[in-house]
Amino acid sequence: MRANWFWLALPAAVLVLIVALLLIWRPLDRLSQQAPPVEEAAVERVNLTPGMISIDVRTDGSEPVVIAQVQVDTAYRLFTAHPLSMGARLGRTRIDIPYSWIDGEAHHIALVTSTGAIIEHSIEVATATPALSGESLALLAIVGLLLGAVPVATGLLAWPAMRSLSPSVMNFLLALTIGLLAFLLIDTIAEGLEAATKTIGRLRGTVLFWVMLAVTTLMLLALGRAKGTAPEGLRLATFIALGIGLHNLGEGLAVGAALATGEAALATFLVIGFTIHNVTEGIGIAVPLADERPRFLQFAGLAALAGLPAIIGTVAGTQAVSPLWIAVCFGVGAGAILQVIIEVAALLARRAGQGQWLSPPVAAGVTAGLGIMYATALLV
Amino acid sequence: MPLASAAALAQDHGNHDQFGNRLVGEVDHVANGFDPHKLLWEFDSGTVSVTSDGRTLREWTITAVDHEFEVAPGIKFAGWSYNGRIPGPTLRCTEGDRLRIRFVNGSTHSHSMHFHGIHAARMDGVPGAGMAEPGGEFIYEFDAKPFGCHLYHCHAIPLKRHIHKGLYGTFIVDPDPARHPLARDVAASRLLGSPENAPWQEMVMVMNAFDTNFDDENEFYAVNSIPFAYFDKPIRIERARPLRIYLVNITEFDPINSFHIHANFFEFYDHGTTLAPTHRTIDTVMMCQAQRGIIEMTFAEHEPGIYMFHAHQSEFAELGWMSHFEVV
Repeated sequence: MRANWFWLALPAAVLVLIVALLLIWRPLDRLSQQAPPVEEAAVERVNLTPGMISIDVRTDGSEPVVIAQVQVDTAYRLFTAHPLSMGARLGRTRIDIPYSWIDGEAHHIALVTSTGAIIEHSIEVATATPALSGESLALLAIVGLLLGAVPVATGLLAWPAMRSLSPSVMNFLLALTIGLLAFLLIDTIAEGLEAATKTIGRLRGTVLFWVMLAVTTLMLLALGRAKGTAPEGLRLATFIALGIGLHNLGEGLAVGAALATGEAALATFLVIGFTIHNVTEGIGIAVPLADERPRFLQFAGLAALAGLPAIIGTVAGTQAVSPLWIAVCFGVGAGAILQVIIEVAALLARRAGQGQWLSPPVAAGVTAGLGIMYATALLV
Repeated sequence: MPLASAAALAQDHGNHDQFGNRLVGEVDHVANGFDPHKLLWEFDSGTVSVTSDGRTLREWTITAVDHEFEVAPGIKFAGWSYNGRIPGPTLRCTEGDRLRIRFVNGSTHSHSMHFHGIHAARMDGVPGAGMAEPGGEFIYEFDAKPFGCHLYHCHAIPLKRHIHKGLYGTFIVDPDPARHPLARDVAASRLLGSPENAPWQEMVMVMNAFDTNFDDENEFYAVNSIPFAYFDKPIRIERARPLRIYLVNITEFDPINSFHIHANFFEFYDHGTTLAPTHRTIDTVMMCQAQRGIIEMTFAEHEPGIYMFHAHQSEFAELGWMSHFEVV
């Protein structure tokens, strides 16, 4: 036992030695002495209050990045800077600029670092960031409810229709669910990767997104099969609801962000679109329940699981969340959707039997699912 | 303005915006090696002697150096300078003088001094004629003509980079009153050291700009290099005495720059090569790159106060080319 510990401690000690040597001896300095400092920065949040523009900047560099001056609309402005996190190189700073920004118009910000480099950020449509009062929270909750739980519950109403269907129609519906989910998966991946690229390179947003996706899928698969069998019936419906719920969190963020940037007209269309779109999600949850007799509370629970995260998303979306966290959320959401795709496909394979997995009804179902989602997504 | 007081300032003023077009912090002029408030008034007449044929000989030694300086509070710029200041020394002589400028290149790149004046091709300070390699030197020698407000700058290639990094300065040739009998008094008032010149408040303003991120667009605009330097600390002038500004535009990347005075009008001598104004009673003058001239005006009838002057390209003004006279 003692010998085992030694062989674990030895590589650790050698690693410490190598790092110490690199830090003390600095053999690489001669290579980088003449190199100008490398600076990277991303504006992650913009908060607009009357007479004030506040922005959060995440910075990274070979030396700590210092924001020395600030331009708004190509004019230098007085400002104050508060470090939000004290990293030697990786930093986060809040910058407050007193400025009478103009509602509905665009403003362009340029941050000048101590080396004279410029970090640019555009506010496309300036509008006050909603203050979260009781009233506005209630309104946002209603929007979130209309977006998520209400349409999912509406879709679940179709459940009785599934009870007396022939096996091939059932297979078609399961394949349809796979199609619906596949569309959501692609959509979530695209959104997640877009958010991931908005942060600075060292945080590796894209890698983080894929890792969150993989880890979530594996964990949920393991959780679903913890009892030794693949989830079916109510358990499968619950996992589908969870995956859809995490996806709806993302939809809530989109609507909240649209509301926050003053695009109220866009937000209305987003809500209408997502509502129609999400009714199909409810049907997807109902399909594995065809042979079951769930109680009303279980239906309510499924609708809540799939729909309520939209409320959280809507509220959070108005507050300009850091793109890194958005990427993480979407990674988890995509992972959850992938898990249910795998489980529904496995169920379908078991039901259809050997050689029947790619039968015409199944192919038609997947295609129809993707088609329905694309068509309803056009409304968004 | 210290960092912490920005928000306090915003709180203090209901319409804080009107006071917010500023830089945060202060430039260390001592560390920079030059102060815009000093070089404004400085003229370098060189070392004067008389040649064997009885002419005035003026000699200067100008050294080009790599010169990192604080272009705006907290922002370092890897500039190049003549004699450790940007703009370089204001060389001043009289029409007809013999000029000898020993140019030493203490920088890491080839440089030159290309004078806007009249001289032989081999004295032009361009590639092939009058360049100095790092560690080397070149002696420019020519007669001072024509009288006027001129400039010199490095003419090494790439030209844009060599100019905008700071290698330029003002070159003034005063008219010789003896050569202008019909406008003797006007010429005498322009001649440094003459009794007629004594009442004038003479200053040099070089309109320049810096591209700190090297994207061929300027981040900072100024007269005499430091943005808002004369805005935060006005130039004090006496209203009883007339004002003469030797104005040079050496702004890179932007085709034109301008000078606009508030609450007053001026006479303008384009290139300074005439003794009668080329523009009369104007309050704004537009200049292309390397254009220059002399502004003459008076505040004798004005009440004391702070009078603004700036580029009337609002963008340049709000990026630093914004200034004040304090008329007393």
